[in-house]
Parts: sequence; structure tokens; C-alpha cells
Amino acid sequence: MFRYIVKRVVLAIVTVFVIAAITFFTMNAIPGGPFASEKAPSAEVQRVLEERYNLDKPVYQQFFIYIRNFLHGDLGVSLKTGRSISTVIGESFPVSAKLGGMAALVATIVGLVLGSIAALKRNSIIDRVIVFLTTFATAVPSFVLATILLSVFCLTLKWVPVWSATESHYVLPVIALSLYPMAYITRLTKTSMLDALGQDYVRTANAKGVAGWKVIFKHALRNAVIPVITYVGPMLAYILTGSLVVENIFTIGGLGSKFVSSITNRDYTMIMGTTMFLSIIMVTMNLLTDIIYSIVDPRIKLD
Amino acid sequence: MEKQLEKDTLPKKSVLSAQINLEKFDFSDNAFEKATEEEKRQQDVMSESTTFFKDGMKKLMKNPLAVMSIVVLVFILAVIVVAPHVVPYSYSQIISVNGKRDKTAKNLKPFQYSENELKYMAEGGKVFPHIMGTDAQCRDYFIRVVYGTRVSLAVGIFASVLVLIIGLLYGSISGYLGGKVDLIMMRIVDIIYSLPDMLVIILLSVVLDETLKAAIEGTALSKLGTNMISLFIVYGLLYWVGMARLVRGQILTIKNNEYVLAAKTTGAKTGRIIKKHILPNCVSVIFISTALQVPSAIFTESYLSFLGLGVAAPMPSLGSLANAAREGLQSYPYKLWIPAVVICLIVLSFNLLGDGLRDAFDPKLKK
Repeated sequence: MFRYIVKRVVLAIVTVFVIAAITFFTMNAIPGGPFASEKAPSAEVQRVLEERYNLDKPVYQQFFIYIRNFLHGDLGVSLKTGRSISTVIGESFPVSAKLGGMAALVATIVGLVLGSIAALKRNSIIDRVIVFLTTFATAVPSFVLATILLSVFCLTLKWVPVWSATESHYVLPVIALSLYPMAYITRLTKTSMLDALGQDYVRTANAKGVAGWKVIFKHALRNAVIPVITYVGPMLAYILTGSLVVENIFTIGGLGSKFVSSITNRDYTMIMGTTMFLSIIMVTMNLLTDIIYSIVDPRIKLD
Repeated sequence: MEKQLEKDTLPKKSVLSAQINLEKFDFSDNAFEKATEEEKRQQDVMSESTTFFKDGMKKLMKNPLAVMSIVVLVFILAVIVVAPHVVPYSYSQIISVNGKRDKTAKNLKPFQYSENELKYMAEGGKVFPHIMGTDAQCRDYFIRVVYGTRVSLAVGIFASVLVLIIGLLYGSISGYLGGKVDLIMMRIVDIIYSLPDMLVIILLSVVLDETLKAAIEGTALSKLGTNMISLFIVYGLLYWVGMARLVRGQILTIKNNEYVLAAKTTGAKTGRIIKKHILPNCVSVIFISTALQVPSAIFTESYLSFLGLGVAAPMPSLGSLANAAREGLQSYPYKLWIPAVVICLIVLSFNLLGDGLRDAFDPKLKK
């Protein structure tokens, strides 16, 4: 168990390092330095600037400086606005985290409920409807859904204003982000719930005369949840990448829209910093999922 | 024969033996009755002999969802192949009437004609109807959707084939060789697997956009744009790991199966084992996985195009069309709906087809 966790942690660290290397060297591959594209400062100014940002040193040294700064939480400054990237992330991330967290929560809860209902009422009309809707939901990209929701509810029906920072306006972005993972969790829960319901321990519990709801919640659902845990990592990745465009569409000032605007502005250091930050979140989440999974389900092989 | 048997070769029976006493039976010709035609027919194999492929296709055709998705895909394919030959507009062409650019043909509704076109028609000229109207730059929207679908589908299929080739090679090498090579190769896969792919794609698209621009200037590739090339590069770099894992897993499990051992014991050569035992058992799984890769690649492409990191400007893709529709969302919502519905239809069809293929062709699911 301990060895398994150590192995996962080492793998996560290597992954982050690889991402850092990819980010750094790809950014370095861009022709023309960060000051070349600006209003061409004089040679003297350029030299001072390069010295200040360590650009006069060899690339590998720059990389180590970058890693060192990064370990100190310093992601550099934005090329366009000159603000510290760490500050920008600190300001905008809470909004995104709130949105993403709500979407993940909604997706998990609704998915578990729908999946259990579909499994318990197998082959009924309710089951068919749920299967139909989830199949359809997995074919709609989040940005299409977000734009359609915006078009229907904000512009045509005018039920909600496009965006203001109150709670009720999280509804549309959360729907747009959570529909796909919700559908996926529903399908996953249905399969594992059906599997659990067919197990001997459920039959034993039923034979003992345990109340129906108790069998479902205590015996079946508890075991059916385990495979869903493995989906937490991919779900967060989906919500994270989805939120990049969804925030942009609903003009929410989170990290996602900052990232998208830095792409359109070709603000390289900002792109680099945000990519690193988001990657670390994703790698950490995957790591936690793996560890939790191995603790929750003692049956899985730790190799 | 029988008579000879009776007299010469019948073994002598011991008194205590439980063996049937053949001497008691009559082996002469007239003791036998010829089988009637009906009796003979009972020996015939009732169903025609079937191959793995035929059997799978039969099952697939019985699946209504799979058949429906094949019909939808064939329909879409037919439209995008035929339409550019029928519709006299091209995806980047600004509508012109009688050789003159028509500035009034902006944002037309479906089947609506512009003022200049109406005038021209009144004079007896023929104008091809704008089935889905025109966009803000006076271009025929239908043909743009057709080309967008072409681009999206082509990207999806090409990216999947790329993933298939790299994954197949890597996975089979790793699976066959085993041991230390396998260990190292799989650790590399583990690392790539945990990279946040979408972020890396965005990053590379931004970077390669600058670096590749000069390299592809003037070639046929420049029409697609650097973003598409970087998308393919990223697919080649990152997305094959899932396929490699699948292929390796397949080969490992099949390699250790009893029937492979049995074939080896009876002296089958490696080539025969691969051809007869390993390939038929993993081809279907790999094929299905490739079919399911297509919608995922289309998703990625449309997502990037939506971010403005997709195909280069005049060339449309379904994602960039949806993105462009956002500007006039209030007045022309159908310009969003059309590409959105096409994306969903394609993705849905591929998903359902993939599921159907799995049910029909996966040998492990056979009842």
C-alpha cells in the first residue's frame, strides 16, 4: 500500500516536471524574443531587459531558474499587462473553482441518483428515457451546449441576464459543464449498480429480510460507487477544459476566460503560467483519486 | 466385406467377457436398409457456414441504433461529397451576381434572395438558392457548413488513423517483447497518459502557429493552417497512449491463453499463431476503439476551432462556424444550430456505431 502511494507520488512529480519542460522549451521555440515584437526598444534597453529576466543566460540555465522560481510560487509576469501571474491566478481561480466545484457536485449527485434509478427500474420506461437522454448528452460538446443555453434562456426567453456575479446565474454555466460528466456517471452507476444487485451479499441481505432501502443504500450503492471514483479524475479534467470556453461564453471572469484571452493576445508567459497551474491541479486530483480508490476498494491489485 | 469380417477376423470371444457377441448378428447385405432421402437430409448442416465477419455483420444489422447511425453517416457523407459539385458557390467565395460582387447578399435568411439577385432573376437570370442563407461576409452558408463538415470529419478520421498506427506499433512491440523493454515503455506511457492533453494541445497550437508558419508557406498544408498540423502532431504525440495500452493488454492476455498454448504444443509456427489466434481476437477490439476515437477527435477539433485555434481563416470547420455564429446570436440563432446539430449528429452516430460494433464483433461478449 505504502509502496503504491510512493510510486504514484513519484509518477505525479515526474509528470509535473515533464509538463514544465514541455511548456518551457516550446515557449522558447517561438521565434523572436518577448521584446522583439514590441516597439523595438534600443539595443541598450533590450540588453538590460534581457539581463533582468535572465534571457542572456543559456537555455538550460534559464530552465533551472524557471523551475526554482516556480517552486517558490513565482510564475513570472504577464507580457501584456505586466502583472504578476500568481496574483492574476489568485484573483481569478476562486471563481473558476466555485463554478467547477458546483458542476462536479451536480454531475456526481444527479448521475448517482439517475444511474441507481435506471438500474433499479431496469427495462422500465424511466430506464429507457434515462438511457436515451444520457446517450444524447454524451454527444453534445460543452461549448455547443453553453452557446445554445445562452441563446435560448438569455436571449430568446430572457429568463436570466447574461452574467452577474449572483448565485442564481451560476445555473446555466453549471448545466453546460455538468451535463456530459453527469451522463457518463449515470451510465457508470447503472452498470456497476446492476452488477452489485446481482451479487451474493445483496441476495443474502434480501433473504435475511433487511429492508429494501437499506439493501439498496448499504449493500448495493456503497459498492456501486467505487467505479465512479475512478471517473473523478477525468471528470475534473473535462470540467476544467470545458470551463475555459464556458467561462468565455458566459463572460465569467474566472481563470478560464483569462487563459482564453491570453491565447488570443499571445501572452506567452501567461499561457505558460496558467498551463502549469492547471496541470498541477489536474495531476494532483488524479493522484488523490488513485490513492482514494486504492483505500476504498481493497480488492484492487496494487501493482 | 461383412462376410469376410464375420468369418476371418472376428476375435474369439471369451465366455466371461461382456463384449457383444458379433456372431449373433446378421451381416449379410439384405439385413441392411438404405437410408431414405429424408433421413439423409437430417445429416446436412442446417445453417450455412459463417465467418467471423459475416456473423458480426448480421448482428450489427439487427441493431436498429447502429443501422440508423450508419444511415445518418452515409447521408452526411453523400451530402458533403455531392454538394460541392451541385452548388455553384465555394466556401470562401463572396456571392456575386452577373460577375459583380453583391454587397446586398449579407446575412440572408434560408432561401432568401438578395436585392441584386432578385433584379437579376427578373431579367431572366438563374440564381442558385441559398439553402441556409448567407453569412456576414456574403458567403453561402450551406456550402460553408458542407466544407466545415468535410474538414471536421477528415480531421477526425485522419487523427484516429494516426493514433491507430502509432498505438498499434508501440503497444505490440511492448507486448511482444515484454520484460524490461515493456516496463520502460509502459512507464513512458504512464507519464504521457497523465499529461493534461487539452492544455498541451492549446500550448502547442499557440507555439507551433509561430514556428510552423514559415515552414508550410505555399504548400497545400497552408490551407488547413498550422493549427491543424499542430493538432495532428499532438495527436501523434499524446493520444496514442490509450491505444498502445489497449493493444499491449490485448496481446498480453491473448498470448497467455490456453488455445495459444495448445497451438504451440501441437507445433504451430509463430506466424500461424499470430494470424489465426492473436489477430482475430484483438482486431475487433482495436477497430472498435478506433471508431470511438473519431468522435473524440472531432470534439477536440471543434473545441480548438471554437477557441480560435482551429483551421485557418477562410477554411471553415464546424467548431469555427459555431464560434462565428455567436456574434449574431440574437438575430440569426439558426447559424449556431446548424453546425451544432451536425456536430452532435456525427458524434452521436459514431458513438452508437462504435457501441453496435462492440456488441457485434467483440468475441468476449459472445453469448
